[in-house]
Amino acid sequence: MSYSVEIKNLDLSFGAVQVLQKLNLNIHEGEFLVLLGSSGCGKSTLLNCIAGLLEVTDGQIFIKDNNVTWAEPSDRGIGMVFQSYALYPQMTVRGNLSFGLKNARVPKAEIERRVARAAEILQIEPLLDRKPGALSGGQRQRVAIGRALVRDVDVFLFDEPLSNLDAKLRVDLRVELKRLHNQLKNTMIYVTHDQVEAMTLADRIAVMKGGKIMQLGSPDEIYNQPRNLYVADFIGSPSMNFLAGHLVDGTFKVDDMVLPMTGYHFADAQTADRPAVIGIRPEHVATGPLAADAPLQFHVTIDLVEPMGSDTLVYAKLGQHLFRVRMDGQARVKAGETLPIGIDPARASLFDKKTEDRL
Amino acid sequence: MADTALHGPKGPKPKKMLSRGNIMLYGTLIVVSMYYLLPLYVMVVTSLKGMPEIRMGNVFGPPMEITFEPWVKAWSGACTGINCDGLSRGFWNSVQILIPSVLLSITIASVNGYALANWRFKGSEVFFTILIIGAFIPYQTMLYPIVIMLREIGLMGDLWGLVLVHTVFGMPILTLLFRNYFTAMPEELFKAARVDGAGFWGIYFQIMLPMALPIFVVAIILQVTGIWNDFLFGVIYTKPATYPMTVQLNNIVNSVQGVKEYNVNMAATLLTGLVPLVIYFASGKLFVRGIAAGAVKG
Repeated sequence: MSYSVEIKNLDLSFGAVQVLQKLNLNIHEGEFLVLLGSSGCGKSTLLNCIAGLLEVTDGQIFIKDNNVTWAEPSDRGIGMVFQSYALYPQMTVRGNLSFGLKNARVPKAEIERRVARAAEILQIEPLLDRKPGALSGGQRQRVAIGRALVRDVDVFLFDEPLSNLDAKLRVDLRVELKRLHNQLKNTMIYVTHDQVEAMTLADRIAVMKGGKIMQLGSPDEIYNQPRNLYVADFIGSPSMNFLAGHLVDGTFKVDDMVLPMTGYHFADAQTADRPAVIGIRPEHVATGPLAADAPLQFHVTIDLVEPMGSDTLVYAKLGQHLFRVRMDGQARVKAGETLPIGIDPARASLFDKKTEDRL
Repeated sequence: MADTALHGPKGPKPKKMLSRGNIMLYGTLIVVSMYYLLPLYVMVVTSLKGMPEIRMGNVFGPPMEITFEPWVKAWSGACTGINCDGLSRGFWNSVQILIPSVLLSITIASVNGYALANWRFKGSEVFFTILIIGAFIPYQTMLYPIVIMLREIGLMGDLWGLVLVHTVFGMPILTLLFRNYFTAMPEELFKAARVDGAGFWGIYFQIMLPMALPIFVVAIILQVTGIWNDFLFGVIYTKPATYPMTVQLNNIVNSVQGVKEYNVNMAATLLTGLVPLVIYFASGKLFVRGIAAGAVKG
């Protein structure tokens, strides 16, 4: 099967600083791939390399089986949407949409047809003769998407397109973007630091750190089977509880607590004893009547309660360790109380303490 | 509760017009503006008086009899050396120097600034540094080498020689001005244009230029006033037939023969200062906006 975008052994350094290291990534036709990571992880850099806006130090980039490593951005079959919209302020919306087509010497009638189609898809027809200054943030971002849309490109690149919008609009446009992808079925590569955007939009997520891809997988895999401690910690809000201890004979021991890992799927059935870290998501901790049904049961002392409406976040003490538990929004608990909790080892994650990889 | 029930301070705080702060502020402003306006007033008044009235010595008094004779003489009759055709020749010389110098220097500097801001090339930082150092070299040290260079290329004493000198000397500061302005523009705009297939000149003319109007106005004002007011280069690199207006003004005012015609001198000075003045009045608003834009973002 051929890929839409293939990145082979990509290296990029600015002087002595290596930003991308031997990066390999294959993106399927029509896939919505999200590059996720905190700032400085190289995700935007990678996107700029794919767009041809940054020259790579080593390696190759293929788009639709064409080696585009040295190609100009406009010759790569990509359209790009930027965080700041980057609309040309002195041109009308129509001018913005047709600028790329004029540069490519597309016939006038064809330009008009494509602009009309893009405007219809994005519902910006009434705005065509306005200047960007007279548009709202959401409208501007729609025009920016339209600019990529008219060029009939194979691959859409999004560089944190929703980060400049306010929270409510961001959710609306996120849904629209997903709908647009379902409708167009183009390959889309989307950079964000927002894990909710990543989880909701992506077919696959590439979690990046320090110029490397830490894990590439479906949102479900990334969430349920994080490959290492970094991914486990990065994904999920509130983040995972980690307890450092020892793995002995398939049982995890921390201080004087013993957690038999029955039901946990080890990557290697013969996992040797070693120092390890267990990760348990706050939302995977059973409370109330369900706690009694869980394979492992503990009691924690509540330290602090954060009611958030839809749910309640409880900061508790498990032994000497801080332990976050996510409870129902209706939960009526108070600091100082003792809370029975239940843990299912099958839903937990175990990591090697030294290599930080999943066991 | 009803409004009448509110006690103590309420609503907008009352302002005192004659507060101590206001008196200090406006007092200072009035004194400072007098300091600048009084000489201008004296010049205008003197230029409208006849010589007999001037000899009476009432410097600040308004003209008893308004005459435009000194203005006419300053423009077309005052003598500088052997020529007695007033400032008019110097004016046209200055115009001939000014227009190509301004156009050339700003055109080149804006492209320089754009290239340095957006199209980083190997050694572009070094190039920029060298250019900026140019802004700090005292002109005086370059005077004689330039004489030799102009002589070698056959432009010594020619108007075009002076145009070349003005273009070169305006380059560092103008390039800095444009580079800072273009650097402050969002980088994503430039990237978007590249994705849209625009090249070096396409981006310059279609994206950057329309957004750079304020900085162009600033550059034009800087260059017009700078070049128009230039005396040093004008006196050195031209000959009497091609003297710019400032040099000719000096020759009129400083001529030692005959009576000192203060009214003609004042009129000549005002005439010479007219061009920069008109530029300031015409573009004041844009100028402030451009300087401010550069100040905040650059």
